[in-house]
Amino acid sequence: MLRRFRLEEPQSVGEISELLGRFGDSAKLYAGGTELLLAMKEGLVHYERLVNVKGIEGLNEVKQHNGAIYIGALCTHHQLETSPVLKQNLPALVKLEENVANVRVRQVGTLGGNLCFAEPHADPGTLLIALEASLTAEKSNGKREIPAESFFVDAYETALEVDEVLTTIAVPIPAKPSGVCYMKFGYLERPSVGVAVVVNLNADRSVVDDIKIAVGCAGPAPMRVPEAEALLKGKSLDEATRNIVQAGETSGRASQAISDLHGAQDYKEHIVGVLLKRAFHSALSQ
Amino acid sequence: MANTMLRRPDVQTVPISFTLNGKLQELDVEPHELLLDVIRERLGLTGVKRSCDVQVCGACTLLVDGRPVSACTTLAFEVRERSVLTIEGLADDGKLHPLQEAFIEHGGFQCGFCTPGMILASKALLDENPDPTEDELKHFMHGNICRCTGYKKIIESIMAAAQKMSSTAR
Ligand SMILES: Cc1cc2nc3c(=O)[nH]c(=O)nc-3n(C[C@H](O)[C@H](O)[C@H](O)COP(=O)(O)OP(=O)(O)OC[C@H]3O[C@@H](n4cnc5c(N)ncnc54)[C@H](O)[C@@H]3O)c2cc1C
Ligand code: FES
Ligand code: FES
Repeated sequence: MLRRFRLEEPQSVGEISELLGRFGDSAKLYAGGTELLLAMKEGLVHYERLVNVKGIEGLNEVKQHNGAIYIGALCTHHQLETSPVLKQNLPALVKLEENVANVRVRQVGTLGGNLCFAEPHADPGTLLIALEASLTAEKSNGKREIPAESFFVDAYETALEVDEVLTTIAVPIPAKPSGVCYMKFGYLERPSVGVAVVVNLNADRSVVDDIKIAVGCAGPAPMRVPEAEALLKGKSLDEATRNIVQAGETSGRASQAISDLHGAQDYKEHIVGVLLKRAFHSALSQ
Repeated sequence: MANTMLRRPDVQTVPISFTLNGKLQELDVEPHELLLDVIRERLGLTGVKRSCDVQVCGACTLLVDGRPVSACTTLAFEVRERSVLTIEGLADDGKLHPLQEAFIEHGGFQCGFCTPGMILASKALLDENPDPTEDELKHFMHGNICRCTGYKKIIESIMAAAQKMSSTAR
């Protein structure tokens, strides 16, 4: 059962921020509600006010501009899985979005809500970290850019301040020749382990010019794994292919995997390695 | 109207109007009222069910502007100016929808608890993809859970309805 709350329906980001600042812990921003309402129904949290942001114009669009994709924080998973701009430029993100939750959650759940709730068992954050996405946080008196990598602080904790609103997620389109792959594994409703790889090759595809690896779900927050990247970056394709198993073990250890319902720590670490190898080869074959 | 007068003056209500199974509805809801409760308790349509209450099972599936949502986790005010379809609104003047007929013909249900959600979700699927592959069907429907049938008969029912609908559309 939901307890009574007041509904606020501001018309600008400035007003949202002002309300969140004024009411502090007793108010909460409400987007699709797929996480928030569950927590409130369970009685885990209660807010006197919900601030509905769906009336704000311009935050539910996907645009391409100067080599980057700009995703409004209010875009639903369904919008993203069907977005022509994303299909053209970031098919790996489209595939990820098609496999978030179920059709009803994708219909109303937003990308912004997914990132801001920072539930560890989520997909998009991991891929956005590997893609070096940048998140725009706005409040009444200004805005700032937060790299996806430093946005996730801990389970259910982000770098956002109380009165900040996530408005846009900017994703640079990887330079070619490149491959992007996100893979997840899980048998419960939400993913247990997720691994993202973004690889750039030299022109004749013989050397790994650059690679970004991120791991999510296993531990409290998604993270980049520079130790594993170092084993592959600048290496010939042959050498990188030989090193991928070691990179997988390194990533598993770095993932801060915890034992829980989704599996034991060593099991998750192992899965990280398996997924990294598969994602690497899949990215190379693109 | 009577609605608002019964409530305490300090309680916020939101006036909403929406179409429910093709008919205009106007009522005042409180912000925290869930669509599922409004449809079942206030409007008396009990085809929509509450089961898991956490958006996993699909027993509470309704179509809002033709797309499936979990009524158990949708605030009622969200359907203002929209169109809501429940299982009660699917038959056309007493004539069952081809999906309903197919579920009967192919034994697509046993206890029937999941059936309103199954049929509405599959209607949304067939409206956007009239000729789905079995994999597409499974992907779209994987958030609708059935405790009885083992799914085989449900898949057969939906596939049969798809075939019938596309042959009559031709
Ligand atoms: C059954 C189920 C299965 C799921 N499976 C998956 C899965 O497989 N993979 C996956 O990645 N996710 C999964 N999810 C999570 C899902 O993606 C999120 O529930 C959804 O995207 C959250 O978006 P929302 O708009 O509903 O957020 P809300 O519930 O509205 O908000 C969530 C939180 O974020 C805050 N917030 C929202 N938007 C902003 C913003 N723009 N700025 C600042 N703060 C904001 C809110 O205040 C709130 O605290 C699942 C969820 C459910 C219920
Ligand atoms: S009762 Fe709503 S999804 Fe199960
Ligand atoms: S028929 Fe009983 S739950 Fe599906």
